[in-house]
Amino acid sequence: MSEGMPVAVRIESVVDESPTVKTFAFSQQFSFRPGQFVMVWVPGIDEIPMALSSGSSITVQQVGDATAALFRKGVGDKLGIRGPFGNGFPDTGRILAIAGGVGAAPLRPLAVDGKTSCFLLGARTGTELLFADELVQKTYLQVSTDDGTSGHCGPVTGLLQKIDPGNYDRICVCGPERMMQAVLSVLAAAGSAERGYFSLHRYMKCGTGLCGSCCVDPTGFRVCREGPVFRGTDLLDTEFGLYKRDACGRRQPV
Amino acid sequence: MELRLRPGPVRAGGVTLSNHLILAAGILGTTGSSLARVLDAGAGGVVTKSIGPAPCEGHAGPCVIELECGVINAMGLPNPSREFTGELAILAGKPVVVSIFGGSPEEFATVASWFAGLVAGFELNLSCPHAEGYGAALGADPDIVEECTRAVSRYGMPTWVKLTPNVTDITACGRAAERGGADAIVAINTVKAMRISPELRRPVLGHGFGGLSGKAIFPIAVRCVYELYRACRIPIIGCGGIATERDVIEMMMAGASAVEIGTAARDDPAIFSAISSRLYGFGGEDPDSVVGCAHE
Repeated sequence: MSEGMPVAVRIESVVDESPTVKTFAFSQQFSFRPGQFVMVWVPGIDEIPMALSSGSSITVQQVGDATAALFRKGVGDKLGIRGPFGNGFPDTGRILAIAGGVGAAPLRPLAVDGKTSCFLLGARTGTELLFADELVQKTYLQVSTDDGTSGHCGPVTGLLQKIDPGNYDRICVCGPERMMQAVLSVLAAAGSAERGYFSLHRYMKCGTGLCGSCCVDPTGFRVCREGPVFRGTDLLDTEFGLYKRDACGRRQPV
Repeated sequence: MELRLRPGPVRAGGVTLSNHLILAAGILGTTGSSLARVLDAGAGGVVTKSIGPAPCEGHAGPCVIELECGVINAMGLPNPSREFTGELAILAGKPVVVSIFGGSPEEFATVASWFAGLVAGFELNLSCPHAEGYGAALGADPDIVEECTRAVSRYGMPTWVKLTPNVTDITACGRAAERGGADAIVAINTVKAMRISPELRRPVLGHGFGGLSGKAIFPIAVRCVYELYRACRIPIIGCGGIATERDVIEMMMAGASAVEIGTAARDDPAIFSAISSRLYGFGGEDPDSVVGCAHE
């Protein structure tokens, strides 16, 4: 597409990944780098940023009005897609992936492509561990759950204590911000924050670097343009882990 | 291009800028750190995102359509309202103009009062084409332009008035701003526009229509600045589709004392220093001799 008009896609399948997460596969394959996102237009409702879980799918957790409207869509319904946008994860060297909850979505294509040496997957409970059956075929998978129903009992950072991050060239992370902040703290303490790559979630209105609603303090980096993946060294002493902004631009704790 | 301008501080509409290139309202202006980044990237001054009387989330998406000829947006004036004063701390003493909007002269005065003394000046948004009850809904009526301008200019701070091109005669609004005590006119805001998705059989923007910016509107902006220069005595700040040093010169020859750049800054804020490096040169021409020279 030479122009940025949304591409209309047809929903080909809807898969229940967990009680709160669905994967919507659509008719068109997009060329993308793992970690990039698209702006998903639910006609008549809103447009929301979503990581691609493959070249032709998004994996979505129901969190608000737009995702609730998306959850009511089924096979044959149409969506509009702009993008892919953003930088994506690096895919060279020995890669350790660390995912929490629906944060597994943008890391999935990295593992499916055989780029991850090890994958740490965390969730609140066993039924919410995303893509576990698939990932175990593709990479060395370790899981953790907050309630201990599967794997290690506790946060996914607990698994990080059991391996040596120094064995990996790049540590690619996506999940709740507090979890990512905990990972960054571990890496920073080991003097290897620069090996960490964190996928940030911020409110976005345009997705193209125009509006500034997703800027990070104090660097002013735009999550939609310079991100959504940032190196750990670029997140030290920033708003990361502390606050984000709402649709009006007001600061809110993460 | 042969013509270069003499570098040095620029005084435009009562505000001292470090060069002629100002960040336009609505682009990268939501946070203090983003504005600081644009100043670091070489902007001579910055205008903030428009701030209004109450916090607003803006329109439902899609809010932006990127086209080869420009961008159509319908953000819907999202803003944190008074809380935005907290973003300005790191910008103290910098050439920052706060863009403000309201639904009446009283609301303009209220919002301005929050920022009086905190910024270098005000820019009145009387021109946003897609916010019912605000922007161009007021700015198309010269009497209301005059009242809103007067309500803010009485604070004694530099007051710029940004006009809409979506009127039959933009000079009537320009003269109204001048009567109201404006220090400068900013022209133009976006041009009302729409695209439809053939597959989804509906307008793409959540709001239906929005405002077109970028390359496509540069000729409209040049024409508006040219007309305003003839009709008004106060300085004009040119805005609309400027992306190169040649565009800057052309806009100045039409009558602009300085310019605002928006859409072209989204790819890389470093466009400000890139344009400056080609626009200015020691031994260059006195900018005052270029402003409005196309009228001679």
